[in-house]
Amino acid sequence: MKNKKYEKIVSKYKANENRTLNAFMAFLIGGLIGVIGEGLIEFFCYKFHISRSEASSYMMITLIFVASLCTALGFFDKLVNYARCGLLIPITGFAHSMTSAALDYRKEGLVTGIGANMFKLAGTVIIYGIVSAWFFGMIRLLIGE
Amino acid sequence: MLLINSFLFAGAICALAQIILDNTKLTPGHITSIFVVIGSALDTFSIYDKIVEVVGGGAMVPITSFGHLLIHGALAKASTMGPLGIVMGMFDLTASGITSAIIFSFIFAVIFKPKN
Repeated sequence: MKNKKYEKIVSKYKANENRTLNAFMAFLIGGLIGVIGEGLIEFFCYKFHISRSEASSYMMITLIFVASLCTALGFFDKLVNYARCGLLIPITGFAHSMTSAALDYRKEGLVTGIGANMFKLAGTVIIYGIVSAWFFGMIRLLIGE
Repeated sequence: MLLINSFLFAGAICALAQIILDNTKLTPGHITSIFVVIGSALDTFSIYDKIVEVVGGGAMVPITSFGHLLIHGALAKASTMGPLGIVMGMFDLTASGITSAIIFSFIFAVIFKPKN
């Protein structure tokens, strides 16, 4: 009985999120970031006469720089409230997680704070990326070309 | 044409992630990890390379491309060096992104104060 009552109260105060709108916003903002990425690649290719693969490296560095700066200035989190996964899944989310972890633990010192905690959130991406890439790479080698 | 493909592909991946996030108990950390694994799995037999050819920059932006770049560099080195190449070439293509992310976050963390 008490549980039922409790659930009733919780459901009354729980934020009513519109899942369709969330997915649509993620689609819109994520797509926009994709367009910015492709646009930057074409811009760098045209402006500096470099190959596409080099230009895509520059594009990633640019996006990482902008995302880190926005996080440090404090308005990336507000954007995430609207864009949701649209900003977390692109490479901007990776930069955001590193910068926000570094900023959060800054008061604990340069080594035990920033140094020890920078990869607190971004570490899982790197670790699972490397483990899976090694695993799949070995499979590919064993199977052959 | 590449711009439209970029919009659709990057948007679809982000919308998929948002749907998973809303309807399960997984955190964004789980979802990014899953997507990285999917990216490297797709590139095991060069499927992601074909997606990048068709989609362009839109396929390089989502976190799936991180997994793709890891295994791409590893396999490129492995073609000349064998199993040792997988270990050596792992960071060949992603090094620029990881290094710049570390440097920018360190500089900004030292300069700026956290805002709540």
